[in-house]
Amino acid sequence: MIEIDRITKVYDGHAAVDEVSMTVETGTITAIVGTSGSGKTTLLRMINRLVEPSSGEVRINGEPTHAVKPHLLRRRIGYAIQGHGLFPHHSVARNIGAVPQLQGWDKAKIRARVDELLTLFGLEPDAYRDRFPGELSGGQQQRVGVARALASRPDLLLMDEPFGALDPIIRTRAQQDLRDIQRKLGSTIMLVTHDMDEAVSLGDKVAVMDQGRLVQYGPPEEIIARPATGFVADMVGDAERPMRLLSLIPVSDLIEEGAAPGEPVTAGATLREALSACLWTGRDAVPVTRDGAPAGRVTLQAIRARAERQA
Amino acid sequence: MTGSSDLRGRSPDLRARAARLPLSPPGILFAALGVLALALPFLSLAANRIVAGEGVSAFASAGVPTVAVAIACIAAGLALGLVRGAPWMRLGGSLLGLAGLVLLLSQGATTLLDGAGDFARVSPAAGFWCLALALMLLMADALSTMGLGPWRRGGLLVLLLAALAAVLWSGLLGDLSIAQEYRGRIAAFRTATWRHVGLAFGSLAAAAAIGFPLGILCHRRPGLRGSVLPVLSFLQTIPSLAMFGLMIPLLGWVGSTVPGARELGIAGIGFAPAFVALVLYSLLPVVANTVAGLAAAPASALEASRGMGMTAMQRLVRVELPLGMPVILAGLRIVLVQNVGLAVIAGLIGGGGYGTFVFQGLNQTATDLILLGALPTVLMALVSAIVMDILVDLARPTPERSR
Repeated sequence: MIEIDRITKVYDGHAAVDEVSMTVETGTITAIVGTSGSGKTTLLRMINRLVEPSSGEVRINGEPTHAVKPHLLRRRIGYAIQGHGLFPHHSVARNIGAVPQLQGWDKAKIRARVDELLTLFGLEPDAYRDRFPGELSGGQQQRVGVARALASRPDLLLMDEPFGALDPIIRTRAQQDLRDIQRKLGSTIMLVTHDMDEAVSLGDKVAVMDQGRLVQYGPPEEIIARPATGFVADMVGDAERPMRLLSLIPVSDLIEEGAAPGEPVTAGATLREALSACLWTGRDAVPVTRDGAPAGRVTLQAIRARAERQA
Repeated sequence: MTGSSDLRGRSPDLRARAARLPLSPPGILFAALGVLALALPFLSLAANRIVAGEGVSAFASAGVPTVAVAIACIAAGLALGLVRGAPWMRLGGSLLGLAGLVLLLSQGATTLLDGAGDFARVSPAAGFWCLALALMLLMADALSTMGLGPWRRGGLLVLLLAALAAVLWSGLLGDLSIAQEYRGRIAAFRTATWRHVGLAFGSLAAAAAIGFPLGILCHRRPGLRGSVLPVLSFLQTIPSLAMFGLMIPLLGWVGSTVPGARELGIAGIGFAPAFVALVLYSLLPVVANTVAGLAAAPASALEASRGMGMTAMQRLVRVELPLGMPVILAGLRIVLVQNVGLAVIAGLIGGGGYGTFVFQGLNQTATDLILLGALPTVLMALVSAIVMDILVDLARPTPERSR
């Protein structure tokens, strides 16, 4: 559990982060979202003390972060940034093994861990271990960057706009991968983004920052359905709200018996995708498949009812 | 209307035909330079070492068979250099041409000296130097198109130096005036060589010992950088003669007032002022390149290294230094080549080195004595530059394929 307790950072008499308190449960993803200058990155960087707080404290599993030397604290906290920050002169394996090496793991253990992570991120160890970052695609570099941040099994993974440098298609894929890996490993992740879509689709909880203050902190459905301030409502965007809601709900929630014509959607797809399929092809219902087998259908009416009920 | 479209239609064709022409443009230039050089006097014969010599054409410098073989070698070498896209053939051409050049030089000197009197001297003249230049440019051009890796370049350098040593040791060129100057000064030449090496490399080592830590400090503290770099650039603008001159009163005063300084050899003239002047000149390239090299690490990699818990020292050793090494070594290369040349001026203030011969030669108007100082200096600078380039290549932090 990560407890942030009235943490404040003052620069030249101006509070970049103003008495922010929040608690992050172990094994969840928390997305911190805000415009630039909202203090979201400063908040993140105070957790691993890349920025020293002016007041307040952070406790990781009950232990205050200021009780540990900053560089030792950081070795226990994963850190992934926009543009990956890989060392261009080190091989993929050496990049991923950087923190375990700083922590003094023995070589065999590091090698095993590197291969394990490469496999987890869908990079064949024999093919990628000895490559250099310059030889990888943008998406692969980003995955290696996240793998490096996870290498020493940190208590917490901090991510600062980790997908900011990726193009939209690769970005969606990377977000899904992160979600899957987080579920598999049970990692605790705090992620900074300026993109509300990314925040609601990745976060178990979303924290909205505005002018150094935490203005709303809750599950994504709540942020969308009941924005606490005008700023949050603006971030969500009125016109986008039903779509954002639907994009949070899987098709499997609304499957009903029956058949429907045309191309099917999968049970794991979101209602937003099912709605899009309905509208685009002029159907009132689309068939649903689960693991390749027909599983029923989802109707336009049910989707509409769901969107209304939430709002 | 038709004319212009016609022209447009034809010009790519012409260009294509020119591109198909199997000749190398620089090769044509070198061959032309070589042919012109054959019209210049190849050797110069003087009655003694002071008077001006008289030019002798390449064709008249030795017996007909020797001249024929030598000229054939040179011409064939330059002709091979014309071939486009065959760098090994062009390299072979330059070596063949140089062999012909050495043959003509050696046989020519012996032939001309025969019966020319006890004090007669033979020196290479403009024609020889132009041919040597053309052939060496050809060699450099061929090598650069080959794009050899650092190890192969090193191997080639060793082979070429071995060949040069073999020619010098064999006594083939023993009849040349410069060899006669050398024979009169073997011990002095050896001392001067060590002194020159000591000045150039010693000042490099001292500049590195001072400049690296200073560069690292400047990298960490922008304020310090703002005040140190202008001072060092100012030092760089002092003309070398003035700098050596300034050292005389300065170190003279140190030598006579600081206890123990004189025993260490610190005095107004000699090794110490020359050494200090060279170190001062070297500081700017060392410090500026260290700062630039350390700044070459990508900001995101530095941010990541801080975020993952590297200490400042670990960041320096594992990230900043390896990534900056090529730029830092490039600074040392500048310093080394610069100091090999500048060390000649040390001869003026009694610092020793090859400059001694250059200034003696200037005083006596003995050109060959000047050459005895100048040629080894050029060779030393050239070899230093090549070796440092090889080191810069080897220091590249990522392999070729990932760049």
